[in-house]
Amino acid sequence: MYENIEIINILNNDLLNHVLKFKEQGYRLIQICCTKLKEGLALDYSFGIEYKFVDLRMTIDDNEEVPSITSIFSPAFLYENEMHDLFGVNISVISIDYKGNLYRTAVKRPFNCENQKDEE
Amino acid sequence: MGKRSIVPFGPQHPVLPEPIHLDLVLEDEKVIEAIPSIGFVHRGLEKLVEKKDFTEFTYVAERICGICSFIHGLGYCQAVENIMDIQIPERGQYLRTIWAELSRVHSHLLWMGLIADAFGFESLFMQCWRLREKILDIFEMTTGGRVIFSVCKIGGTRRDVSTEDLNFINKVLEEVKLELKQFDNVFFDDYTVKHRLCGVGILTKQEAYDLGAVGPVLRGSGHNYDTRTLGYSAYKNLDFEPIVETAGDSYSRCVVRIREVYQSIDMIKQAIGKIPQGETFTKFTGNPNGEYFARLEQPRGEVVYYVKGNGTKFLDRFRVRTPTFANLPALLKMLQGCDLADVPILILTIDPCISCTER
Repeated sequence: MYENIEIINILNNDLLNHVLKFKEQGYRLIQICCTKLKEGLALDYSFGIEYKFVDLRMTIDDNEEVPSITSIFSPAFLYENEMHDLFGVNISVISIDYKGNLYRTAVKRPFNCENQKDEE
Repeated sequence: MGKRSIVPFGPQHPVLPEPIHLDLVLEDEKVIEAIPSIGFVHRGLEKLVEKKDFTEFTYVAERICGICSFIHGLGYCQAVENIMDIQIPERGQYLRTIWAELSRVHSHLLWMGLIADAFGFESLFMQCWRLREKILDIFEMTTGGRVIFSVCKIGGTRRDVSTEDLNFINKVLEEVKLELKQFDNVFFDDYTVKHRLCGVGILTKQEAYDLGAVGPVLRGSGHNYDTRTLGYSAYKNLDFEPIVETAGDSYSRCVVRIREVYQSIDMIKQAIGKIPQGETFTKFTGNPNGEYFARLEQPRGEVVYYVKGNGTKFLDRFRVRTPTFANLPALLKMLQGCDLADVPILILTIDPCISCTER
């Protein structure tokens, strides 16, 4: 038995409006994650109400600024700092901003660099 | 207003088996604010998916954590199986459920021992961990491992369990249940235990929801939410109701976990009673091409796996949102207003797994 996942594609400019609507409808924040694409990054904001799972997806350029959603969903600060440290996502006005010190990595933006596939 | 001072807590502390740091802003003995720091041992396992064959990565996923290792492997497999539309044989699904619930029993017994040790009840710690050994013995008997099992694979399970062994598990679990009943009243009724847990670290129902808490932390605050009710593996065939407590304090979270031990034992017994004969895995060909979010219930709460494949044997992305990561904001709320002496106990009541968090 597999769960149905709803993915909604949005634009960066519409992010806060969508997130605010979810908040008003009683959704909770489940997770935020980032995926490296060939060009740019995909950001997934997942919300849930009871057992329903909805994902907001937007594609951004590497250096594009993204608004923080911590003013609407306060627990987002950890996810946003994580995306900043691992992928170099430029997020503005995070409520608790670690300024790149959440993860102590030897390489900057380690998840946003070309991977060397040694088994191909 | 008293003088404010900042006390660093961790990353090395007797109550913390793994490194996490908190800056505690104190006013006299009261915590006003706590600011967490993680990332001391971040391993970047998610990135490794781009270099490992997706079938082999199951064993990397298991190594995210030594306590919920089986469920990490299961979650990864479920996500890939959904993308590739692989149907798991019923017997494989039941075996997965049995091992997942055994993981919950041993994780909760481990936690009960740790919290007993934290409030200075060392004989209780010993009793909890002595019982846990019996569960680890079952793992060793059925999988060959006590920490990492490597029995879950894409398509089903690598091993079967004989009827004799299943009957033996049933017998051992009955013993565990009886022995746990002999001392669970210490957690439920003992004055000193209740003094440390009751009314401490209250997280209201609304706060738990707003802060994205999961698992026993969420259910201890009155939410009837358990991802197992989604019906993955064989859970759809088992009768159970999420364990819920309403007080939202440390005691509630403790009671939820103890009651879940009994519930898991009952679920394993149900699964043993219903498990059909047959194959334990389905053969498959090809590579995953697509994406999926899989959600499961770990001992510490809801865990989310995101897998994205590109049609090759290397995946584009594997992402885990672990329950401890989700429970950190709730912990910060619990710490506000507590006494400095209660901080170690409060941290333990979310059952933190830094190994999961630092995947």
